[in-house]
Amino acid sequence: MAKKKIRIRAKMKGDVAEVKTLMSHPMETGFRKNKKTGKKIPPHFIKEVICEHKGNKVLVASWGVAVSKNPYLSFKFKGAAKGDTITVSWNDNKGESATADAKIS
Amino acid sequence: MKRRTFLKGTVASGMLSVAASAGLLTPRMVLAAWPETAFAAKSIDDALDTLLGDTTLSTSGDIKIKAPEIAENGAVVPITISTGMTAESISVLIAKNPSPLACSFALGGSTLGFVSTRVKMGETSDLIAIVKSGGKLYSAKKTVKVTIGGCGG
Repeated sequence: MAKKKIRIRAKMKGDVAEVKTLMSHPMETGFRKNKKTGKKIPPHFIKEVICEHKGNKVLVASWGVAVSKNPYLSFKFKGAAKGDTITVSWNDNKGESATADAKIS
Repeated sequence: MKRRTFLKGTVASGMLSVAASAGLLTPRMVLAAWPETAFAAKSIDDALDTLLGDTTLSTSGDIKIKAPEIAENGAVVPITISTGMTAESISVLIAKNPSPLACSFALGGSTLGFVSTRVKMGETSDLIAIVKSGGKLYSAKKTVKVTIGGCGG
């Protein structure tokens, strides 16, 4: 894998963990046309993002094609501590997937 | 047309396997299996009905939408939705997009009513945030002007 597909930054702010993630994905809508051939570019987008903390799903995102290319996602949750691991994974409409984890600082 | 039915078939079977492997999920989270028909819906009511099973919205002052007044580039519109309510889910719809439903977030019990992401907007449109709390739907709206559309080429 040439590029890291998911980047995560998680930080404790008081008793709230703030998680920021950046995924690397084309998020193709299926509406765009290839300018040379005039053919439509098939859709290719992330359908689901699952964020887990200690086996609990803290956030499950369902996305359509309207989410921007290289999606950014941020959320906050309680009940975490410094050093805990947060896992983020996505799967897309072509059956591809990626998973990454990070320690909360 | 054929391609469409084919796609629907594969997605439906995919969803079944996801649901089956998700034995540990709480009932609420099962709803998060990717809602194909809701994302394909062309009207806000259709999308809400299939996604949340309800179209009755109460306007709430407790939902904040942070989004630019004018988005120069419709392909990347940063939005932040926050609410003080105990939210079960937060959904974002863009009224004038080809399919209004942009994204939906199912929140865990310890997750705060806060999500931030970036969406595409085809043209100037209302941005509608819907928060599900205690089985009811609450909404808030904000108009975002788009100078260059983010859908199409």
